[in-house]
Amino acid sequence: MIENRPGLDFLAHLVLILGVAIVALPVWIAFVASTHPPSAFVSGTIPMLPGPDLITNYSRMLGSGVSSSGTPPVSTMMMNSLIMALMIAIGKIAISMTSAFAIVYFRFPFRNLAFWCIFITMMLPVEVRIVPTFKVVADLGMLNSYWGLSVPLIASATATFLFRQVFLTIPDELTEAARIDGAGPMKFFRDILLPLSRTNMAALFVILFIYGWNQYLWPLLVTTSSDYYTIVAGIKRLADAVDGVPQWHLVMATAMLAMLPPVAVVIGMQRLFVKGLVDTEK
Amino acid sequence: MKRTAFTNQLLPWLLLAPQLIITFVFFLWPAAQAIRQSFLREDAFGISTQFVGLANFKALTGSAQYLNSLQVTAIFAICVTVLSMGVALLMAVAVDRMIRSTSIYTTLLVWPYAVAPAVAGILWWFIFNPTIGILPYLLEMVGYDWNHMTSKSDAMILVVIASAWKQISYNFLFFVAGLQSIPASLREAAAIDGAGPVRRFFDITFPLLSPTTFFLLVVNIVYAMFDTFSVIDATTEGGPAQATNILVYKVYFDGFVGQNMGSSAAQSVVLMLIVIVLTVVQFRYVEKKVAY
Repeated sequence: MIENRPGLDFLAHLVLILGVAIVALPVWIAFVASTHPPSAFVSGTIPMLPGPDLITNYSRMLGSGVSSSGTPPVSTMMMNSLIMALMIAIGKIAISMTSAFAIVYFRFPFRNLAFWCIFITMMLPVEVRIVPTFKVVADLGMLNSYWGLSVPLIASATATFLFRQVFLTIPDELTEAARIDGAGPMKFFRDILLPLSRTNMAALFVILFIYGWNQYLWPLLVTTSSDYYTIVAGIKRLADAVDGVPQWHLVMATAMLAMLPPVAVVIGMQRLFVKGLVDTEK
Repeated sequence: MKRTAFTNQLLPWLLLAPQLIITFVFFLWPAAQAIRQSFLREDAFGISTQFVGLANFKALTGSAQYLNSLQVTAIFAICVTVLSMGVALLMAVAVDRMIRSTSIYTTLLVWPYAVAPAVAGILWWFIFNPTIGILPYLLEMVGYDWNHMTSKSDAMILVVIASAWKQISYNFLFFVAGLQSIPASLREAAAIDGAGPVRRFFDITFPLLSPTTFFLLVVNIVYAMFDTFSVIDATTEGGPAQATNILVYKVYFDGFVGQNMGSSAAQSVVLMLIVIVLTVVQFRYVEKKVAY
């Protein structure tokens, strides 16, 4: 610290505590709302402290859901979200690693062209090419399937760049040693590159899992059968359906469950998360 | 590119195949379709199409709704960026003073990154609900009648807060890293020369933080323009009276609900150009850093 100013220290703590409170406020209110019976919302003033119905509300949503809204139980939607998030995260890491390996360690015609093709995906977020992409997926018969949910999202320029950077920092001597020992490219990839980039893979996995779990527009479009609803996209359907007779306690319980897994990942693996965030923006 | 490369010719293509196939099928082909469609016009039943040149783009520049959407997007992006970066910078500067409590505060501030924008929208929508929400209740005490379903400015404030809230943690992390990379000696020298904390911040810290600020500026604009679709869809759905109908929402709405393919495709093409410009800015200027 440059100088001792207790006044400023106090002010800094005040700013941070206020900041933490503002950041936590919406989640606290959602949590409180999710623990009350429906009658608590009729009176017009919202309760600020948790109520008695925590277990009732959550077990109802996890177990049976709101049948009138056409959404399946929350546990089903969470399972779908989990499968989609894992497929996206693992898929992106797998295809980006092999692409980066090809680009860094091989000399072949059109190498730069391939690199540029991958780079371009960065400039085409799903939101701007939404209608034609939907048509392609529909024509391929991939609507209402886990493949349709995940495969169109797994091309990744960012992850390819990241692994390219990682591979470029691996000393050439290792490759030479491996070749002298008679290792082919795939053996080199499996026994040297994979173990050396394990931390980068883990950090990237954290970011991509959150990215996959939080997808909204794409699942909304490609799932029409409630068997494949994901929880983040399902909340909107639930909220719309109960709008006539607001069942806020159930909507908020679902919202809490929707943010629980990614938030737990961030808090539990904070160091990897920060590393992943910084790595992907290089 | 390595000094010692492998010599196989087929293997690299096999390794690249999954990525390239997905890129072609789900990225390049749809993008090409959008560009093609932007020059065509379908009749009302989708039976015949004809080439109309730049007519779809001309129609956009003459459409009051589209110009309104452009304006809404600009206001929205600026507000989200300024709000989330401002709050994050304030908290990062406060954390930078701390010695022992940095990691606790960091943990308490980073988790909203993991909340889906759609869920963030739902949470704030509940808080601002005109009949049972907590904030309209408080606002009523000071005589303000909040209703984001009828008031255009209320709706805009709602989506800006919900979008900015989620982005604070990201900006905070990068600002903290940026602040930590500024040599303490510079600030110490200024302190010895008699500069107070405020003066030091504006004359030393803030200018030296400009690479981080500029980088975050681009990232936040991209976020506000493209990643906030779900916030809008979960809360206002572009209303009331188009007041929160940002460009990405309009593309979706005109394409899927309105079934106006030509116009939607032309809008997609405009958006692609915007992303390309932003990406080029990011790579050309952020890579080199705004150096002093």
